[in-house]
Order: sequence, then structure tokens, then C-alpha cells
Amino acid sequence: MSATADLIRLEKVTCAYRSEPVLVNVDLAVPTGAFIGVVGPSGSGKTSLLRVVTGALRPVAGTVSFPSGPIAIGYVPQVETVNWYFPVTVREAVLMARLDGRRVPWSSREERDEADGVLARLGLESLGGRHIRELSGGQQQRVFIARALLRRPKLLLLDEPTSGVDVRTRHEVVHLLHELHHDGLAILVTTHDLNGLAAHLPELVCLNREVIATGSPRKVLNPSVLERTYGAPMEVLTHGGMPVVVETAPTTVVPLREEHHEHPA
Amino acid sequence: MSTLLEPFHSGFFVNAMAIGTMAGALCGLVGVYVVLRGMSYIGHGLSHAITGGAIASFVMHINFYVGAGIWGFVSAMMINRVARRRIIGADAAIGVVTTASFAVGIALISRGHGFTRNFESALFGSILGVTGADLAIVGGVILAVAAIIFFTYRRLLFTTFDPEVAEASGVNTDRIDSLMAFILAGTIVVTMNFLGVLLVAAALVIPAVIARMLTDSFSKMLWMSVVIGALSGAVGIYASWFLNIASGPAIVLTSAALFVVTYAFTGARSMRRLRTADAHL
Repeated sequence: MSATADLIRLEKVTCAYRSEPVLVNVDLAVPTGAFIGVVGPSGSGKTSLLRVVTGALRPVAGTVSFPSGPIAIGYVPQVETVNWYFPVTVREAVLMARLDGRRVPWSSREERDEADGVLARLGLESLGGRHIRELSGGQQQRVFIARALLRRPKLLLLDEPTSGVDVRTRHEVVHLLHELHHDGLAILVTTHDLNGLAAHLPELVCLNREVIATGSPRKVLNPSVLERTYGAPMEVLTHGGMPVVVETAPTTVVPLREEHHEHPA
Repeated sequence: MSTLLEPFHSGFFVNAMAIGTMAGALCGLVGVYVVLRGMSYIGHGLSHAITGGAIASFVMHINFYVGAGIWGFVSAMMINRVARRRIIGADAAIGVVTTASFAVGIALISRGHGFTRNFESALFGSILGVTGADLAIVGGVILAVAAIIFFTYRRLLFTTFDPEVAEASGVNTDRIDSLMAFILAGTIVVTMNFLGVLLVAAALVIPAVIARMLTDSFSKMLWMSVVIGALSGAVGIYASWFLNIASGPAIVLTSAALFVVTYAFTGARSMRRLRTADAHL
């Protein structure tokens, strides 16, 4: 992949909230058609990395560039952050993303047709008038992917799309992301889910404030990289040709009873 | 029948009815954003802060609407700034800014500047002496707020629902927050004389909460809240004539009665919708 085909490039990017660094010297390039997963523990800077890409978080050092020129970016937040009791129907939620052009509150026929087209593409065509809370977990995730797609993005960002969802929903999301990638969309996705999502992606970035390793799941999902990323020992098995990460049980557990004996009442 | 129509023979009452209806509609419109953005406490605090501004304007011989308006907008912006730094929570920021601002007003009163005789009507609202200028000012603010909401509808909605993604999608959420502070301060300034400092927050919140109980659609909630606010204003002023009570409590008690009726007819189903608003009741 030539460097000029990069949609976005981060070079030596450092970010901080007040004086606390959240990203340190991060280099990352997202080429056209890439499908990259960002893995790391809580607080490792995954969401901050997405915020840098969207421009919501400005680096204190380093550069963010768009070698192919400005691009539309679609952003799908964590579903845990969504206010499910907000009074919006599925169609209203999707049409929120259409900010260009018309300044009047109501949508044009073209906008409604386009929103219905995106909803149909994601299998939500009959749900446009339903409240977002009334949908299943997979349908709710797809509503927010539909909203991002209505911006006609070249790059889709997803923050923990399989967090807190059941196995079936996770399969639906993974399948949908692969379809969108197959259609030519570049995707950058953060995840805690090493086996359910990260292991199925073409490329991973292991992040813990700084980039620990990049490469295919087979390359980076190994005990050494994972321990440096998560700060805890992990084993990696192989099942059906796929890496499977297993947490290693701590060896120095202090039984509660012993602790009690050390501090008699 | 003639008894029921008797108030309308008074020019003073017609003015009061008009101002009550318009104030209710304005609060209903702005209240939707106040409730859904979780700003109810800001609305309550700002009305106190603006009281400080109103008294300071009186002492400095500055026009009430200009002085209190600027004071309210500055207070709202200070709350935004302090809360955004995330060193202290928004509720604490509101507590500091608005009580300090209110205290300035009380301090000025205690220095004996002659505002005391109007203090009761400021607290509880009064429709005595509503002038044509008052009607024009409230009408002008309604038109201005409606125009702002009309032309920023999509950005306001996006920022209210999902500020993080709105910002990532190119919406200037800082500007939207400032716009909301401006709208809220303007609404409180022009309605507090009629609704009362202590009750203007209720006039902002209750119609929006009732509308939320009735619909799951944002656009429907918006116009329902306007209608409920206007209805509460009109019925409240009418009731205040016969019951001989202050306009503010009459309007708020009317909307509270509508809330009870709505709850009685819609029951638990509507209460589930209120999870976004229940913390502000």
C-alpha cells in the first residue's frame, strides 16, 4: 500500500487530559479499504485515539494529516453511552447525521429516501417509525451504524461495537462490518473482545498509551505482546486456525480465610 | 356565562392572558431542550442568578431586560465553563455561580435601595401592570427563539441527543451550548416577572415532561410541549382571576394538574419514558 493512499496518518501523536498523557508518540496510518482493530486495556487510550481521528481531541504534540484530502468520517459510539429514553424514532436518529444543505427542520423526500435506503441495506427497513429502545441489541447497533453511513463516509470508526452484547448480536455485528469492509469502506474499530472480534480482523494495533505492536492477529496475539499490552499474563491457543486468547490464572491468590487468621478479632 | 366572560371585559386581564399564554408557550418550547439536556437545575439556578442581575440593574438604573439578560447569559456561560473543566461537577458549578449571583442581589437589597416592595412579586410572579411593551418584548423573544431553533434544529437535536458524535460529525457543540445558554437566559429574563423567580423553572420543566409522557417522537414532543405550556398559561391566568392568587403559582398548578391527569390516563407506560427527566422533577 503506497503512503499516498492513506486516508489518515498520525505521526508521533501525544495527547493529554490536563497533564495526564493518554496517548504517547502514536504512529498510525489508515489506508483506503483498511480494516484495523485497536485493542488494549481500559484506559489505554483507544477511545482517545478515535477522538483524535475525528478531530474532537487535539494532540499536544505530533501531527494528524489527511494525505488524500479531507474525508467524511462516520462515528459509531459505544451503545452504553446512548440515552435509550431520548424521544427519537429510528428514522429520526438516522437523519440526525444529515447536517449538510437544508437548514429547515423537516427532511426532504431525497433525504428520507436515502435514510430508508441505508436502513434497508442494514435490514431495518420496517423499523423506521419505532422508538430506538424497542429494538434488539443487534438492531440498535445497526441504527447507529446506519446513522454513520448516512454521512457517506470513507472511514468508519466504531467504539467497542460488541461491548455488552450477546453472542448472536456479536456475530451479527462482525458479519455486518465484514460486509461493509468488502464494499470498500475503511474501518477502524476499538475492542476489548480479543476472541470474538479482534481475532477475526485483518490487522490489529495493540495500544497501551503507546503502540505496543501492529500486525495480523496471528502475529500480535502472542503472550509477549499481550502481557506488554495488558500488563497481565495470557496464553494463546489455536483453534480452527484462529488464535484464542486465554487469561492465565493468578498464582499468588491469598485465600480470604488466611487473611482473616492474620487479623483476628 | 357573563361571570365566566367577565374578566375579558378588562383590558388589564386581556394583556395578562396574552402574556401568560405567550410565556407558557415560550417556556414549553425551551423546556424540551432543558429537560432532555438535563439542564433543569440550571434553569432553576439561573432564575435565582438573574434575580441578582435584576436588582443590580435596578440599583445602577440600567434597563431590566438588558441588565438581567446580560447577567443571566454571563452566569450561564460561567456555569458551562466551570462544569466543562470537570474539576467540579455541573451541579456544584451551578450552586457556586447562581447562589453567589443571588447573594449579590440580596446584599444590595439589604443596603436599602428600595427594591424590597417589589420583591414578593419578583419571587411569585405578578401580572399587574403588564404593558404593551412587555407584550412586544415577550413576543419578540418568542419569535427570536423560534427562529434560532428553526434554523439550528438539526444541530440542536444532534447535540442534545449525542454531543460526542455530534462533535465528531462536525457540529460546533461549544457554539450550540452557548446558544442554549443565551436562549435559556433570555427566556427566564422575559418570563420571570410574570411567573416568578421561584416558579419559572417549573414552567420550563412540567410541560416538557408531560409531552414526553405522551410521545416517543422528538418533533411531536416539541409542539406538544408548546401547546401544553400555552394552555397552562392561559388557564392559569384565568384561574388566578377567580381564585385571587398570584399568576406564577396559578400557571404552575395548572400544569401540575395536567401532569396528574396525564399520568392517570397513561400510567406506568409513560413513566418509563421519563427516565431522562425524572431526576429533574
